[in-house]
Amino acid sequence: MKTTYREAIRAAMREALERDERVFLMGEDVGRYGGCFAVSKGLLDEFGPDRIRDTPLSESAFVGAGIGASLGGMRPIVEIMTVNFSLLALDQIMNNAATLLHMSGGQCSVPLVIRMTTGGGRQLAAQHSHSLEGWYAHIPGIRIITPATLDDARGMLWTALEDPDPVLMFEHGGLYNAEGELADDAGPVDIDRAAIRRAGADVSIVTYGGTLRTCLAAAEVLAADGVDAEVIDLRTLRPLDSTAILDSVVRTHRAVIVDEGWRSGSLSAEISARIMEEAFYDLDAPVQRVCSAEVPMPYAKQLEEAALPQVADVVAAVRATTGGG
Amino acid sequence: MNERARDLQLLHDMVLIRRFEEKCAELYSATKIRGFLHLYIGEEAVAVGVMSALGPDDNVVATYREHGHALARGLSPGSVMAEMYGMVEGCSRGRGGSMHLFDKAARFYGGNAIVGGGLPLAVGLALADDLRGRQAVTCCFFGEGAVAEGEFHESMNLAALWRLPVLFCCENNLYAMGTALDRSESETDLTLKAASYEMAAWPVDGMDAEAVAGAAQRATESIRGGGGPVFLELRTYRFRAHSMYDPELYRDKAEVEQWKRHDPIATLVERRSVTDDELRSIEEDVAAAVDAAVAFAEAGTPEPVEELTRFVYSDSSTVGRP
Ligand SMILES: Cc1ncc(C[n+]2csc(CCOP(=O)(O)OP(=O)(O)O)c2C)c(N)n1
Repeated sequence: MKTTYREAIRAAMREALERDERVFLMGEDVGRYGGCFAVSKGLLDEFGPDRIRDTPLSESAFVGAGIGASLGGMRPIVEIMTVNFSLLALDQIMNNAATLLHMSGGQCSVPLVIRMTTGGGRQLAAQHSHSLEGWYAHIPGIRIITPATLDDARGMLWTALEDPDPVLMFEHGGLYNAEGELADDAGPVDIDRAAIRRAGADVSIVTYGGTLRTCLAAAEVLAADGVDAEVIDLRTLRPLDSTAILDSVVRTHRAVIVDEGWRSGSLSAEISARIMEEAFYDLDAPVQRVCSAEVPMPYAKQLEEAALPQVADVVAAVRATTGGG
Repeated sequence: MNERARDLQLLHDMVLIRRFEEKCAELYSATKIRGFLHLYIGEEAVAVGVMSALGPDDNVVATYREHGHALARGLSPGSVMAEMYGMVEGCSRGRGGSMHLFDKAARFYGGNAIVGGGLPLAVGLALADDLRGRQAVTCCFFGEGAVAEGEFHESMNLAALWRLPVLFCCENNLYAMGTALDRSESETDLTLKAASYEMAAWPVDGMDAEAVAGAAQRATESIRGGGGPVFLELRTYRFRAHSMYDPELYRDKAEVEQWKRHDPIATLVERRSVTDDELRSIEEDVAAAVDAAVAFAEAGTPEPVEELTRFVYSDSSTVGRP
């Protein structure tokens, strides 16, 4: 069946709402408006205003209410329009969702899914374009998932809802219109493991989310030059599937990390450190990173493009590891 | 239960909180208890009065000054004391301490040490009850300092907008640490603020356990009857410092002495002509309970450090691969 990333997530929400009466969706403009990115369009008519619940502009209160409702036995899906706005709910995410289980000595788990849009590339400038999932991946107690494919857009949500702990799902804004084939019986997928999206022998390109496409395109360019790149989609940023990364690096002896987040103090730094710690003697070249430029995201098209990881940047980073710079 | 019997129970519970916390202060000086310790002494009428209107299906969300709420809700003094000792037998297995007492079975969803941080949780607990068609009330305690936080306003609005069964209990003890209410609020009439959210809101004499119990009863009846959330401003006063590290530069000793004349325990003793024998019997019972709690905590088991990373995720196999 031909579908889009947006429709795949909508299908996942519909399935969850049908399968489990404890599930409900709550967020700004998820109902009448149909979702700011039209992800929940039509669901209000199908499930009614109790389960497709429009909220006021109160990120902290409705995220916290999602946490409270999960303590009360529900399985809420909370939608935050974009990751930048999630900062208004950071208190609830960090100080409640991530800590309640531990602070209560194992009594109060928080089975909640928070969905939000992330990433740049749409000229939305510096308050709508950042990739802060790496920040969130810093926090013990929550799980971070980043569907990059239609199968994951369709399948990660249900698995996340079955997780007893809070899960943050980051949907790259540039992916909503991505079209492709999805099996008619596509369903839940695991959210524990990274996936090899392109097998290769010469270099491991480690990425996730919106830059997966960039990396796959770069791999094609490199293939034309005789460089056989492996592309790993992390899928889950916390807990990080270190095993998958290390297994690949041990085979290819080279690693390039591609992350739309900033470089300093970042997820890419973490991955690089783990490779150093556990596969140092398997490396034939220093690890390379391709990240966003360290600026608030600019508006102008050429500036934004220059700030974001592009195919050519990935190709250049790979060449640097293969000595073909 | 007749009224006098009920009041003797309230009195008993207030005396328990008072003596328990006096012991806590002592144990703090003896370095048995560490971290932050916020005493509730002087405010006992609020917790015991409000809890008397709640049933086992109701939820409670409290603050970091929550020993009184926990004890009044029925958490065992031993499990609370053991928590402050950091023991496995503590109500949060030693991971919470004084500010984070939890007991899921009692629907006691924690001491929360972020000012205002518990209010959204209370809204959500009430939303869950509402969606599931349960009759429960969620009771949320917070200080008047929280009224300046955005989370207060967002939560009040949400609860009122969705007519959720939340009892907002604002413990107005006049100071947020050292900041007096009129130094932090342009409008100091808190019930007026609450009423602006189209919510029933009343001031209550928080030094009078009977008055609190009556107001809480009326409020919970209204909430259970589908009347939407209620805001109670419980006017009270803390007799002790904000925490153990507070030189109290911001208030006059005379003011404290003035409020101590309205001690909620003495007030009830006088009102109900409690006899010396009755009082002695309460004190003996409480002393035994406090001694037993300390003995329980002293005999507790420190959690082995091998268990350090438990309860970060529900599935312990997740631990170790962050
Ligand atoms: C968000 C936040 N800001 C600041 C603090 C530090 N702090 C702890 S207690 C407190 C005063 C709160 O006063 P109030 O809400 O009136 O409660 P009370 O302590 O009087 O019971 C402050 C500022 C905090 N814990 N959380």
